[in-house]
Amino acid sequence: MSQQQNELVTEPVILNMGPHHPSTHGVFRMRVALDGETIVDMEPVLGYLHRGIEKLAEAKTYVQVVTLTDRQDYVAAMTNNMAYVMAVEKLSGIKVPERAEYIRVIMAELMRIASHLMAIGFFLNDLGVFQTVIVYCFREREKVLDLFEMASGQRINFSYMRPGGVIQDLPPQFIPQLKQLLAELPGYFDEYEQLINENEIVLARTKELGVLPADKAINASASGPVLRGSGVAFDLRKADPYSAYPRFQFDIPTGTRGDAYDRYLVRVAEMRQSLRILQQAVEQMPTGPHRTRTPWLIRPPAGDAYAHIESPKGVLGVYLVSDTGISPYRYKVRPPSLINLTTLRDLVVGCKLADCIVIFGSIDVNMGEVDR
Amino acid sequence: MVEVYQHYLRAGPPAALLTESDRDEGQRINELIMRCRTPYPDQPPGFDRGTPGIVVTTADTMLNWARRNSVWPVLLGLACCAFEMIAAAASRFDLARFGMEVFRGSPRQADLLIVSGTVTWKMGEALRRIYDQMAEPKWVMAMGSCATCGGPFTNAYNVVNGVNLLMPVDIYVPGCPPRPDALIYGLMQLQKKIEQESLARKRK
Repeated sequence: MSQQQNELVTEPVILNMGPHHPSTHGVFRMRVALDGETIVDMEPVLGYLHRGIEKLAEAKTYVQVVTLTDRQDYVAAMTNNMAYVMAVEKLSGIKVPERAEYIRVIMAELMRIASHLMAIGFFLNDLGVFQTVIVYCFREREKVLDLFEMASGQRINFSYMRPGGVIQDLPPQFIPQLKQLLAELPGYFDEYEQLINENEIVLARTKELGVLPADKAINASASGPVLRGSGVAFDLRKADPYSAYPRFQFDIPTGTRGDAYDRYLVRVAEMRQSLRILQQAVEQMPTGPHRTRTPWLIRPPAGDAYAHIESPKGVLGVYLVSDTGISPYRYKVRPPSLINLTTLRDLVVGCKLADCIVIFGSIDVNMGEVDR
Repeated sequence: MVEVYQHYLRAGPPAALLTESDRDEGQRINELIMRCRTPYPDQPPGFDRGTPGIVVTTADTMLNWARRNSVWPVLLGLACCAFEMIAAAASRFDLARFGMEVFRGSPRQADLLIVSGTVTWKMGEALRRIYDQMAEPKWVMAMGSCATCGGPFTNAYNVVNGVNLLMPVDIYVPGCPPRPDALIYGLMQLQKKIEQESLARKRK
């Protein structure tokens, strides 16, 4: 009898998930091969949000490209701006004033908090906690966005940074409001951890799920919380310090098992470290100009430059080639989301279909950045 | 894991299963681009108040009241604007005040398609299918400059320059992305538009 059961061969069913699916963040599409409810194979189909940002950048001046960088990873636009302007500064040898570096660090860390809040909210949304956690996360995100709006006048696509500094200085009421937020946020994070960390359903559904071993994560050149969740303490802010980061004390939180739960824990811990950096940045904030005077049309010398930063999703790199013109000859992005996404197939094969969504949520992918 | 799928693995390498996908997709997209050359006319506001009689007017009032206060959008986020759409539904802006917080995953249960972000031709095919799957009466809102006219990506080869090439649009909300306040204002305008509809006038 058991022999016969083993001989029973069933055809795998191919199921199409997305591009319109409530849990595929944006317009991601997966073709999954199912045996019963278990995934035996998965193929991601990309390109539903391919907008040709890299090509359009070749027809814009160096300052105009900043607006396009916002729209790559629209959950973390400030860090995109930062990576791009750092590449331009490297290319054309523009010096950045001290105050501008501090403002950039403040913006990048606030952006990390806002982005991780979204990552956690949607991750829990994918778990089935529909609209509970996300409403809490949006409460804090709105407060962070208020600060951004105060500085840049926008809520999502800021275009705040420019080669040589930032477009305008912080308004006088920015720092007091930031201090107030810094006092409030730890309480809110405690609230999440109280709500989620020991929740039995969350534990049952995320622990030991989507385990990414450290060697596999390194081989896939994953970065950000996906890599750190696997226990590799790699953070560009420490490994290759840029901007004002060498002046701040902070730790790199890492996970131990590399499962979906660890990736969540790493995100919460990173938000607390961001608070530490923000606290120090506010205390040390120097006075002075917020921007170096640059020519109206920047014409860098011929050559190329690569700048990378630790964005909320991972290592975001920007490669620029100049042919002494007013616009980049080539603008290439190393998107952390796309490279983290390459680990997805290994993680989901063998899982249940419902877990596939959870694993995808735990990687925290932004389709604008994946397709560009 | 391997033991369970032994029979499957015996059948062949897993990758062989999925490579078949979408071989004719490029052709379908090209046909779609050729088909969608002229934009749909905008849905006109108001209706000819001369035609309906008293029975129709009373029925209209009741129907429109019900429809206006429970416009359920499709849960479809395309790009940056999706975050402002979610923000509008979340704690601070709270779309529930207008009876619109019930985002439906299935287009068959929804009344309103908020096109929130850049539509590429590849996505356009899926978007048109979602629109076709929605039951009448249905409304479409183009949120943000990308859905309205292509926005910053007008010159890109693969971006639909305005979603009205694919489907008739009722409301355009400008902005890149529009603030949640702007989206809510657009939804209120849509409510006004729904109020003016009549059984006697067929939607185009």
